[in-house]
Amino acid sequence: MTEPCEPLLRVENLTRRFPGVVALNDVSLAVAPGEVHVLLGENGAGKSTLIKILAGVQPPSSGQMMLEGRPVSFASPREAKEAGVSTVFQELSLVPTLTVTENLFLGRLPTRGGLVTRRGLPALAKEALDRVGAEVRLDARVGSLPRSAQQLVEIAKGLMGSAKLLILDEPTASLGDRESDQLLALVKKLSAEGVSVIYITHRLKEIAQIGHRVTVLRDGNYVGGLGPDDEIHDNNRLVELMTGRKPEKLYPRSPRSTGEERLVLQELHAAPDVNGVTMEFRAGEIVGIAGLLGSGKSSVGQACFGLSRVTGGKVVIDGTEVTRITPTMALRRGLVYYPSDRKRQGLALVRPMYANITLGSLGPAGVARFGMVNRRKEQATARAHVKRVNIRPGDVNRRAELFSGGNQQKAVLARGLLHDADIHIFDEPTVGIDVNAKADVYRVMDDLAQAGKAVVLISSDLPEILGMSDRVYVMHDGRVAAHLEGEAITEGSVLASFFGSKTNDREIKV
Amino acid sequence: MSADIVAGTAQTTAGGLHSRLFNRLLEFGLLPVLLVVMVVVFAVAEPRFLAMDNLENIGRQSVYLLLITMAQMLVLLCAELDLSVGATVALVSVITALTMSSVAGGGTSAIILGVAAGLGVGLLVGLVNGVVVAYLKVPSFMVTLGTTSVATGAALLLSNGAPVTGIPLAFSDTWGTGVFLGLPVPIIVAVLVAVAVYVVLYWTTLGRNIYAVGGNADAAKVAGIRVNWVLISAFLLCSGLTALSGILLTARVASGEATLGTSFVLLSIAAAVLGGTSLFGGEGRLGLVILGVVFIGVLSNGMNLLRVSSYVQQLVIGVVLISAVALDRLRARR
Ligand SMILES: Nc1ncnc2c1ncn2[C@@H]1O[C@H](COP(=O)(O)OP(=O)(O)OP(=O)(O)O)[C@@H](O)[C@H]1O
Ligand SMILES: [Mg+2]
Repeated sequence: MTEPCEPLLRVENLTRRFPGVVALNDVSLAVAPGEVHVLLGENGAGKSTLIKILAGVQPPSSGQMMLEGRPVSFASPREAKEAGVSTVFQELSLVPTLTVTENLFLGRLPTRGGLVTRRGLPALAKEALDRVGAEVRLDARVGSLPRSAQQLVEIAKGLMGSAKLLILDEPTASLGDRESDQLLALVKKLSAEGVSVIYITHRLKEIAQIGHRVTVLRDGNYVGGLGPDDEIHDNNRLVELMTGRKPEKLYPRSPRSTGEERLVLQELHAAPDVNGVTMEFRAGEIVGIAGLLGSGKSSVGQACFGLSRVTGGKVVIDGTEVTRITPTMALRRGLVYYPSDRKRQGLALVRPMYANITLGSLGPAGVARFGMVNRRKEQATARAHVKRVNIRPGDVNRRAELFSGGNQQKAVLARGLLHDADIHIFDEPTVGIDVNAKADVYRVMDDLAQAGKAVVLISSDLPEILGMSDRVYVMHDGRVAAHLEGEAITEGSVLASFFGSKTNDREIKV
Repeated sequence: MSADIVAGTAQTTAGGLHSRLFNRLLEFGLLPVLLVVMVVVFAVAEPRFLAMDNLENIGRQSVYLLLITMAQMLVLLCAELDLSVGATVALVSVITALTMSSVAGGGTSAIILGVAAGLGVGLLVGLVNGVVVAYLKVPSFMVTLGTTSVATGAALLLSNGAPVTGIPLAFSDTWGTGVFLGLPVPIIVAVLVAVAVYVVLYWTTLGRNIYAVGGNADAAKVAGIRVNWVLISAFLLCSGLTALSGILLTARVASGEATLGTSFVLLSIAAAVLGGTSLFGGEGRLGLVILGVVFIGVLSNGMNLLRVSSYVQQLVIGVVLISAVALDRLRARR
């Protein structure tokens, strides 16, 4: 995999400017055939911008690209695909109202005599989905699927057909371990077959698993590259390159004292996949909910907040049972939910950042009284929270859609924090967030717990479940498969319960 | 880094000066430029155009469209659409006139009752629109098309298709052609309403929620906003302002007419979109929308002065509307 062979892709002096921001500044890199080239950088470093230029979504301000020694510039992702460059973007490009199959074949449905033929499509679609291990119904509307399943469909779509260069922008961001592992194995296999891969991730351990070479960007600049001879497994070195600082302690844990029950679920049944769940969450502790895709963990959070229909059982907040929950009512009772899907449930992308942060929380944040908004105070509050979760750039008047994916995710967090709530349910809070920002999020959660709030962490990211939780519920098939506490929370015990082995409360040593 | 930022602003994208200018134009819209060009053209072609009484004329004529365009804007911001504004004007006009003429003796009580009845029936239309859109999730396009037919039918039925006369003179003298402090009363009303709409949009929670719901209804819901309430409020405000416009128009023509206001549907959407209101919701500025109304007012006044036939005028308005929508798409794609 070393130099002698001519690189498949060579990028030279690429620069991309936006009004007020230089997203990429004179970046060069080369990708050899069969190489898995990892792009690393903090949120807003310019990774997605780079691959959007490669894939023909945007033109560069200056600089050029050579594919197999020939200069190329693609006017659209379609043109890029025809030239052998396939891309899976960070922001999903699926049509929510169409079915899985229709999305997979979007824009290239086979026709016969001018009419669409569907013969053979299901088999092809099935094959594409099996490749990435997606267990979804072919005729399900994409909009009704959980985000992780959507991501798999998106990946399956990108992998269809043949490619010389495959570009993956944070493909595993909202996937669980099982799906991630399957994808990584697939990338390895493709690379062995000679396909080059540009791979963007914030999960450093994936680099050791599949990466041959790493390019690190910071604030749009190339700050370093590590080849096969360097130590690309050295996470600390990578983090230092990325951030220019020594890595911080990732999982803080200040002394907490567990208080009374805040939220109790009794035999909760909820659409679409919760089948009798009993859980309790207490003041001053962080409780993780782990489980595979389809285990129902995300629906539990949604049901508590009135976003999934409760079909049986009870939700008890602070001792009183609540029925017919709506988000408004949940918030009033001191329960705040941080959605995982920033694009669908999180942000109004066309609105400025400040309005997104105060969205729905003008009253709770104290910037509106009797329905009148104090605009100066609103701006100040938004600025303070942009600082608190470190959204960059810090210009609160920019439209939300102009921020990088990770920075958009931070905006969702900032908004929730405006509510002085006693119960905080985080659904995949660190999707697409860089290492340092992760540490910030964990610190915020730790602070909340220390201040006596009940914190619920629903996550597919096992290390974060292990690192943050005082207790863990592992879900399988819509039920609690295991309830672990303290020493019993280990990678082994959680993984074992993922597949439903019934380890019950006996494991808890109180 | 900060030096980079400066450099970035200094020479934006590949196209340099041209594309920077183009971006600016897209941001504020071509509208101010077009407006100036149009004024110059009309002023040269027809000197009477700039005469004081003609300018006042433009103001007087634009008032009704202004009220309805602001109404339409509130609904467009929610990513909805109100096709029933024209029919609402007609129904309000007929109801107002019928009520006034049926109160014995005319006078102030007749006027108050008539205005109340007109506003009431207008709000009723808005309530139906809002509730059906919010709770039954029927596209507003369909619902308001339906209420259009109902309101038009009712107006024709009640008026037998003829103008309703018998309106107190005091009503049309004050609210139609009256002058207060040297300004036509309808203009004063419209200015006051514009200030109120400005306050609602930018200084109240409701205004923010309207933008939020239009920006992303799901996100608004998750953020704790009662989306259904916001939608109903927007439709109510829309119909209320439309009714007000209908009442003022009734005073102006001194009779209730079931044919009043059919052109407002197209014109209000055109003016709002011309002023940069996005059809996809969540975007739009009141100042520019008012400019959009002025644009249309000047355009039709100028064409009238130049004796452009009404057929050609229709054609021109259509072209303007399509251009405005196309520009909206360009802006969205940027
Ligand atoms: N259309 C745009 N207009 C203005 N600025 C933009 C635009 N697109 C991206 N940017 C800016 O360019 C910078 C790089 O963004 P990019 O999306 O490439 O980051 P990233 O490295 O992919 O981050 P993340 O890890 O959060 O996805 C950011 O500061 C972003 O705000
Ligand atoms: Mg990105």
